[in-house]
Amino acid sequence: MALRQCAIYGKGGIGKSTTTQNLVAGLAEAGKKVMIVGCDPKADSTRLILHAKAQTTIMHLAAEAGSVEDLELEDVLKVGFKDIKCVESGGPEPGVGCAGRGVITAINFLEEEGAYEEDLDFVFYDVLGDVVCGGFAMPIRENKAQEIYIVVSGEMMAMYAANNISKGIVKYANSGGVRLAGLICNSRNTDREDELIEALAAKLGTQMIHFVPRDNVVQHAEIRRMTVIEYNPTSKQADEYRALAQKIIDNKKFIIPNPLSMDELEDLLMEFGIMEAEDESIVGQTAAEAGAAA
Amino acid sequence: MSTMTKQETEALIQEVLEVYPEKARKDRAKHLTANDQSLEKSSKCITSNRKSLPGVMTIRGCAYAGSRGVVWGPVKDMIHISHGPVGCGQYSRAGRRNYYVGTTGVNTFTTMNFTSDFQERDIVFGGDKKLDKIIDEIEMLFPLNKGITVQSECPIGLIGDDIEAVSKKKAQDLDKTIVPVRCEGFRGVSQSLGHHIANDAIRDWVFSRAEGKEFESTPYDVTVIGDYNIGGDAWSSRILLEEMGLRVIAQWSGDGTLAEMENTPKAKLNLLHCYRSMNYISRHMEEKYGIPWMEYNFFGPTKIEEALRKIAERFDDKIKEGAERVIAKYKPEWQAVVAKYRPRLEGKRVMLYVGGLRPRHIIGAYEDLGMEVVGTGYEFGHNDDYDRTIKEMGDATLIYDDVTGYEFEEFVKKVKPDLIGSGIKEKYIFQKMGIPFRQMHSWDYSGPYHGYDGFAIFARDMDMTLNNPCWDSITPPWKKSGSAMSVAAE
Repeated sequence: MALRQCAIYGKGGIGKSTTTQNLVAGLAEAGKKVMIVGCDPKADSTRLILHAKAQTTIMHLAAEAGSVEDLELEDVLKVGFKDIKCVESGGPEPGVGCAGRGVITAINFLEEEGAYEEDLDFVFYDVLGDVVCGGFAMPIRENKAQEIYIVVSGEMMAMYAANNISKGIVKYANSGGVRLAGLICNSRNTDREDELIEALAAKLGTQMIHFVPRDNVVQHAEIRRMTVIEYNPTSKQADEYRALAQKIIDNKKFIIPNPLSMDELEDLLMEFGIMEAEDESIVGQTAAEAGAAA
Repeated sequence: MSTMTKQETEALIQEVLEVYPEKARKDRAKHLTANDQSLEKSSKCITSNRKSLPGVMTIRGCAYAGSRGVVWGPVKDMIHISHGPVGCGQYSRAGRRNYYVGTTGVNTFTTMNFTSDFQERDIVFGGDKKLDKIIDEIEMLFPLNKGITVQSECPIGLIGDDIEAVSKKKAQDLDKTIVPVRCEGFRGVSQSLGHHIANDAIRDWVFSRAEGKEFESTPYDVTVIGDYNIGGDAWSSRILLEEMGLRVIAQWSGDGTLAEMENTPKAKLNLLHCYRSMNYISRHMEEKYGIPWMEYNFFGPTKIEEALRKIAERFDDKIKEGAERVIAKYKPEWQAVVAKYRPRLEGKRVMLYVGGLRPRHIIGAYEDLGMEVVGTGYEFGHNDDYDRTIKEMGDATLIYDDVTGYEFEEFVKKVKPDLIGSGIKEKYIFQKMGIPFRQMHSWDYSGPYHGYDGFAIFARDMDMTLNNPCWDSITPPWKKSGSAMSVAAE
């Protein structure tokens, strides 16, 4: 089986890292050889696999060693649950330096060191919040991730972010082979959430690949720095992640998305009652004026 | 008469603009004009200080060049760190021929390159800690430095390094002047913004620290501002001022020091040579300390005499007499220079394209030698520069702002000047076209050109370039009709 490179994007705080690690555990359980590449200066993309607080990152090791050329692959690559390989790009603390450049440097290092040439079925890039600059788009440029999964929920801002990420994919889809492979709904228990995300997926031209229900077992596992499959393999939630993993293994639907205009997105949100129709008459009206009108 | 009429000049501009696509043509048309001496304001005829068009081969530099290379670089007893990757500092190092007195590497540092040599990790994690360490190392290795400047290269602005915080902390630790300069190359449209930023840094980080410093004044204290001592220019200027009885308390910044800069707010008059690069600080000193400033021109005897008298008018009779004495003393010298070279240069036509003050200031020196400047332009001038140029140039002469490689070549082909004065990148193109050329940024490894001493060298250089026998050998013998060789071949 040829190596499949996948990137996980989505609004900050939506549960990308948690979802990625849980589904990767599912893939590993199904016998797949997987590597996770964390592309976030916080370096929290591999903690559930490694049972660690935060993995020592490529950039920190490079800074200590002098330069990235002084590192060896085994210095940065850690192996965790079910032989899942883990690396973190790392980067500066907030407010200094350039985290985007850290991602670029780290991924180039992995390529040059042949991290992808090993016997791997899947590489998953877990990328920080939104595509804030070119560095964070690195995983979706040519010859990197070919499949993008967007983690989303039925909340308005999560859907805005999903649509924006789709715009980024279109940009790189035209020059490279990157494709949108589906939306993963990480449920927040909002009304008609599954229908809403199905509708958004349809408009984008993709699929809702799986609806991951909300379950406290995820948090229970997380405080033990474990994935659900490892912590409680018989739980219902473990089966949900196994199902997601299987769907990704079988996934053949890779498309260039058709991002929505702002109006289309707002119409969709109104249709599902998430947003009220705008009342143009109140735009620019002060409280005093509103009081006088009433 | 060799000069063109206004119609001819305008037709030439139109012809040259012809090849551009419409948008570029419209833009470039605003930067080219036939001079009209009757105008008071250049805004009526020319646009300047705008972004260059992509793809046209502009000759401009960047904000870092304006600060590190021009304003700060020559301050000889300070160490200027090129903060960022190694290239900006290394490839611009010691290129500007700012002469200075001192022992390089001990108490003066102008021709050295100090850099933080950014690596990947400095970009990713920021260069603040490295900068802190470099400053400590500089203190240890070069303890006689009087202060340090941090000259920002492009990445500093992108990654948001807090060079101000580091500078403040180190200034306190070491009790030295440490100046952060936000002159990232991508800022502004040319080196011009770099001059402004560098001037502002002097205001904020040098003057503020020097307040209350003791200084023994005399009524005759002046400064030389905007003279970078290229080939010794400031020295051949300074002696004239001193001979007329003035005391030069600071040179900005050629052969200059931090102490001189700190003393400048005590001057009675600031004398400004390069208006473009240092008018900002002169205006600031006028507002804050009430020090008047005046522009002067020390190129060629006519302008020098004018300038000496204008400067003397600001002082008492002693200085006025001094000025006359200086003028009288040097008259036989420059008259001998003119007598020797003018017959060899009379009527020759010159095109200039340089920066700063030279596109207008050198005109008088050429005229003293009987030559005519038929085209001139500024790399990074503003409209106040062109305001000052209109009256210096003849009617209907060519004026070009931020000229493109293509335009300059076409103008030269049509105008056929006898001499071109511009930069190193232009030199070989025009020499290959068979036109004598002087590199007028660094005086072609010669100089000084300022003052009476400089004029003698200027005249000699122009003669040896223009009348060099090599220009007679441009056409090979076999292409000369009726030549001995072609006769022999028959």
